[in-house]
Amino acid sequence: MIEIIIHGRGGEGAKTAAFMLAEAAILEGLYAQAFPEYGPERSGAPVRAFVRISDKPIYTHSPITNPDIVVVINPTLIDRKENYDGLKDKGVVILNTDKPINLGFDEWILDATRISLDTLGRPITNIPMMGALIRATSIVKPESFEEVIKTHLAGKGEETVHKNIEAFKRSIQEVKHV
Amino acid sequence: MKQKRIGLTGAHAAALAMKQINPDVVAAYPITPQTPIMERFAEYVANGKVDTELIRVESEHSAMSACIGSSAAGARTMTATSANGLALMTEIVYIAPSYRLPIVMNLVNRALSGPINIHCDHSDAMLVRDSGWVMLFSENAQEVYDNNFIALRTAEDSRVLLPVMINQDGFITSHSLETLEVGEDKEMHEFVGEYNPRYSLLDTDNPHTLGPLDLYDYYFEHKRQQAEAMMHADRVIREYMKQYSELVNRPIDVVEPYRLDDAEFVYVAMNSTAGTLRVVVDMLRDKGVRAGLLKIRLYRPFPWRDVKSLLGDKHKIVVLDRALSPGATGGALYQDVRSSLYGLSTPIVAGYVYGLGGREFTEEQGLRIYEELRDLDDNEPFQRFMGVRE
Repeated sequence: MIEIIIHGRGGEGAKTAAFMLAEAAILEGLYAQAFPEYGPERSGAPVRAFVRISDKPIYTHSPITNPDIVVVINPTLIDRKENYDGLKDKGVVILNTDKPINLGFDEWILDATRISLDTLGRPITNIPMMGALIRATSIVKPESFEEVIKTHLAGKGEETVHKNIEAFKRSIQEVKHV
Repeated sequence: MKQKRIGLTGAHAAALAMKQINPDVVAAYPITPQTPIMERFAEYVANGKVDTELIRVESEHSAMSACIGSSAAGARTMTATSANGLALMTEIVYIAPSYRLPIVMNLVNRALSGPINIHCDHSDAMLVRDSGWVMLFSENAQEVYDNNFIALRTAEDSRVLLPVMINQDGFITSHSLETLEVGEDKEMHEFVGEYNPRYSLLDTDNPHTLGPLDLYDYYFEHKRQQAEAMMHADRVIREYMKQYSELVNRPIDVVEPYRLDDAEFVYVAMNSTAGTLRVVVDMLRDKGVRAGLLKIRLYRPFPWRDVKSLLGDKHKIVVLDRALSPGATGGALYQDVRSSLYGLSTPIVAGYVYGLGGREFTEEQGLRIYEELRDLDDNEPFQRFMGVRE
């Protein structure tokens, strides 16, 4: 079982990213669980979302404390040391930044803010950061996640779907292994 | 039957089941403490996916009152609520079973205030424990979905005619996406079938009286009949669980044992904690401890014969309650399990209250319970706490 914690700020889509990743895994026949931090809605405050993916049914309902992967979708949060508490020894970190911070983990970086501004015109980094995660870990196939983008954003029109898929694909190409 | 595996939150799983049931009437109060169940169901109504008359009322008290009116008129009726919403409707919650109305309600279990809290525990369900509703609990989104179909058939069966409540853990289940298998709308609706009410106030050719003053002359007899209907529910719900289980090809029963056969140390729990305890049992088994779990899925009527036959020969049993019964001899589930085993000489039955107001329950806590109790040798009804700072 792979356990993931996504750090972002309230309103940025950390929870949506977690749900989309879980749905992509379920599309592939895997089992998945995704849940937000059950706090009050706090726009702009640091929030977390959690994902479990496994090839077997998932029974636990406890919070994730020792993740395999940590994703930080907001660049102002990457220096918070507590984000990486409990991360496993060979854990992976995926950061929204253009400069490595060398935390001693298997580190991947992507300037997701720039990509989202270029493609979507707004700094909505959750889908680009899932592109980086999928490139770094191969946890699901990119095509599965693209399917989920299409169903999630179907109500927002073809152009929005197209732009988000473009942002997702660019992120897969541009993410760097430190 | 063809099924597909999808990801849904517990709340959306309940809404999907309601859509497939396509009830005649749903009455609900549309703001806090309502949950995404009603939000999603209202979308189905707005998009024409169901024919349901959705009545938006001015309070939870009115929600259950409207449900009672529509069910008495012979309409298939459902609703959903949570926490203090249930508390406000409690006066009317007691009316539904006394009129023998087969209403089905999804309850998202959240703490009753105060202090003010919106997170998971079972104090809301335990508030109405003795109201006369059949009560099902759900480990995950799959069980929420499945329980809805089983609940409706049981409620409407003429041997029962009682309302049924389907519980799921607030946030932990209601707001978490999980993997579940769902059937096609048509086939799932076929399982519940069309509703032909045995009594309807609109059936003027067969008039009947409902809800008159019922004093010391007949009140007791009517309450006795409610008790009898609850006993029938114990048998009838097993029939529908079996029938549904064959339809979906998943084992479903009123209780679910896990690694219980040779177990010496047994956890008993309801709702999402049962899932976490499976993992705890596996961890203890890996260390050579003969641990097991009994999940209670049907809470009212309480399946005491199953508990007695499955746990009667065990060495040590620990019952986990997610609601506080101050001053009682332990939590409500603890009392039920302990009295089911009364008179049997062997088991030590210990109780813990845990997870109040959304305090998380972890595998580590499950293991600590074993450590705390491994050497316990008295059988006093002492209320223990797990996960609290003191």
